[in-house]
Amino acid sequence: MKNTLVTTALAAALLAGLSATALAGSIKIESWRNDDADIWKNKIIPAFNAKHADIKVEFAPSPPTEYNAGLNARLDGGTAGDLITCRPFDASLELFKKGHLAGLNELDGMKNFSEVAKSAWTTDDGKTTFCLPMGAVIHGFMYNKDAFAKVGAEVPKTEDEFFAVLEKFKKDGTYTPLAMGTNDQWESATMGFQNIGPNYWMGEDGRAGLIKGTAKLTDAPYVNVWKSLAKWGPYLGDGYKAQKYPDSQNLFSLGKAAIYPAGSWDISTFRKDGAFKLGAFSPPTPAGAKDCYISDHTDIGIGMNSKSKNSADAKVFLEWMATDEFANIFANELPGFFPLSNAKVTVKDDVAQEFVSWRAKCKSTIRNSYQILSRGTPNFENELWNVSAQVINGTMTPEAAGKQTEEGLSKWYEPHKK
Amino acid sequence: MTDTPAEQRNFGLVGLSKARFAVLITVFLGPALAIYTLFAVYPLIATIAYAMYHVAPDGSSRFAGLDNFRTLLFDDTWSKPFWNAFRNNSWFFLIHMLVQNPIGLLLAALLSQSKLTGRAAYRTLIFMPTMLSVVIIGFIWQLILSPLWGVSKSFLAAIGMQSWFAPWLGLESSALITISLMSVWQFVGIPMILIYTALIAIPEDFIDAARVDGLNARQIFTHIKLPLIAPTIGLVSVLTFVNNFNAFDLIYAVKGAIAGPNFATDIMGTFFYRTFFGHQLQLGDRTMGSAVATMMFLIILAGLMIYLVLIQRRLQRYSY
Repeated sequence: MKNTLVTTALAAALLAGLSATALAGSIKIESWRNDDADIWKNKIIPAFNAKHADIKVEFAPSPPTEYNAGLNARLDGGTAGDLITCRPFDASLELFKKGHLAGLNELDGMKNFSEVAKSAWTTDDGKTTFCLPMGAVIHGFMYNKDAFAKVGAEVPKTEDEFFAVLEKFKKDGTYTPLAMGTNDQWESATMGFQNIGPNYWMGEDGRAGLIKGTAKLTDAPYVNVWKSLAKWGPYLGDGYKAQKYPDSQNLFSLGKAAIYPAGSWDISTFRKDGAFKLGAFSPPTPAGAKDCYISDHTDIGIGMNSKSKNSADAKVFLEWMATDEFANIFANELPGFFPLSNAKVTVKDDVAQEFVSWRAKCKSTIRNSYQILSRGTPNFENELWNVSAQVINGTMTPEAAGKQTEEGLSKWYEPHKK
Repeated sequence: MTDTPAEQRNFGLVGLSKARFAVLITVFLGPALAIYTLFAVYPLIATIAYAMYHVAPDGSSRFAGLDNFRTLLFDDTWSKPFWNAFRNNSWFFLIHMLVQNPIGLLLAALLSQSKLTGRAAYRTLIFMPTMLSVVIIGFIWQLILSPLWGVSKSFLAAIGMQSWFAPWLGLESSALITISLMSVWQFVGIPMILIYTALIAIPEDFIDAARVDGLNARQIFTHIKLPLIAPTIGLVSVLTFVNNFNAFDLIYAVKGAIAGPNFATDIMGTFFYRTFFGHQLQLGDRTMGSAVATMMFLIILAGLMIYLVLIQRRLQRYSY
């Protein structure tokens, strides 16, 4: 009898304990960054728990290709996690419009982020922000310092110097001057057009102009970008028209190429494989430019499931993600992904530090095709891939590229119909 | 034949009561019919039905009749890529018909030579690529053709034809042909094996009789063997047609969903994929995607009808 009582009491205590831990908050994070699972489990979550030991955090990533579809199904079925990693722009906006993501305006930490940083997760009218900006990738050029020393080339600052350096490498013949191919098309648009472009269209001014319809792709600033790209062809590797993205990465990390048009996410690849001194320089400015602009592209954010049963704890976690502490962990554990908050961040990787230092001397903007403009048919981003690759291949003139993309926009986008 | 008991010839179905017969039919055909209906017929009909809806941004859908098809076929922004994909797909099919099937026939004819040694080895080796994953095929061929590390460039240089080398997969003029030929290389084993089995099923007596009548090997092939395997060649053509207009994976593996350069390798499958699932910033459009899938179904159906009406009925069949 006594035994039974004890057992019952124990069982009751155990049950109470179990439900208590469940109540004291456990939150689940949905993400496509399964590459980063270890960093979350070993660095980010322990750092958070050091401050908030009572909240249990589970990082539950799914493969990138399955993320959007799987997340949608789980949100519809009510089984999704409490925190949702946000793709930039329309994919997340769609989730907000369907009522799956909660508005986060009242979040204190939101004041640590600039308007540009928030633009990827804010409604078109600018009233509601529904995801906390997390990370950005920056475009620029990486270069082989050994190759530069050997050929006696200086790091170029202007467009003219840039082509002079390329010419020098071409004459020398030891290195492929520029490691990029047009086979996969996206590099032509992303590492080409969006990389050097902001200097021509004055960053945010030009991007906003396109959205408002006051600027057109047939205008000089845009056509000039393609004119500059058209000159890349002769400096790319042999048969660059069939060269794929991994080919370009290999060409550069094997030390066979001098300059690599980059996204900052490439840093870790070259850190792992490259056996030479790696450097980086910001996109060269065209003649007569006073200011410089960089593509500091919002890539990843985090929002809250509007049906989360544990929204109080989820908010605590989000507030923590807006702090300097998180920004520093994020920047150093994932070199090449830069925190978007205004926090003062020290990055230990020198190339990553070089990239992030451009934020101080240049003005940031994002890729001009990402907000609003890629909602219609023909799809603006797809068009940019196509025409930019063709311009570099020499099968399309810069003027024709401007004309085709502008016509594409004018087919469905009111501000461009005039 | 007269000594075979009647029951045996009719597989024991004669003399059964109607009820018993119905039970047997249900038991034997029912499961297959149910599975086929559930996994093939229902999705097909659902796709066609879905193609007639519009979905608003808030997720609500409304019936739109043939709107999607009208847009797809007559609105420039959709019809241009659609007809471009259709044209490329037709080329893709034509190259298979002109290269894959004749080579398959030739290989089958060579394999069925009675004096051939190492037949099994050839048969296996030629059939092997068919069983490999397209991803591997795409990878191998891209490596062979790569202008940076490919063996084709140094090979051409070794025989003094370096100037003939070009980044074939990256040129608008040659990308589609190159990919078609990669696919031909992979699948040539299928016509070969089908035609080969048809060839070795031809009774030796026919060949002997023809030889006695004074026909040489070439004449025997064109006048005796070819007419006898014509139904198999018809079957191979139909299979090629259906597979080619459903093709997707090789192009996706080699050129991605935005099949470049300038959509030179875009076929119905990749066009459907982009429309239905979206691409990079292009959000997927399920109803329009269904309309594209329905058009693919109709194109394949039309091709099959043409084959059945014009060719199949005229084929002479022989039983031996």
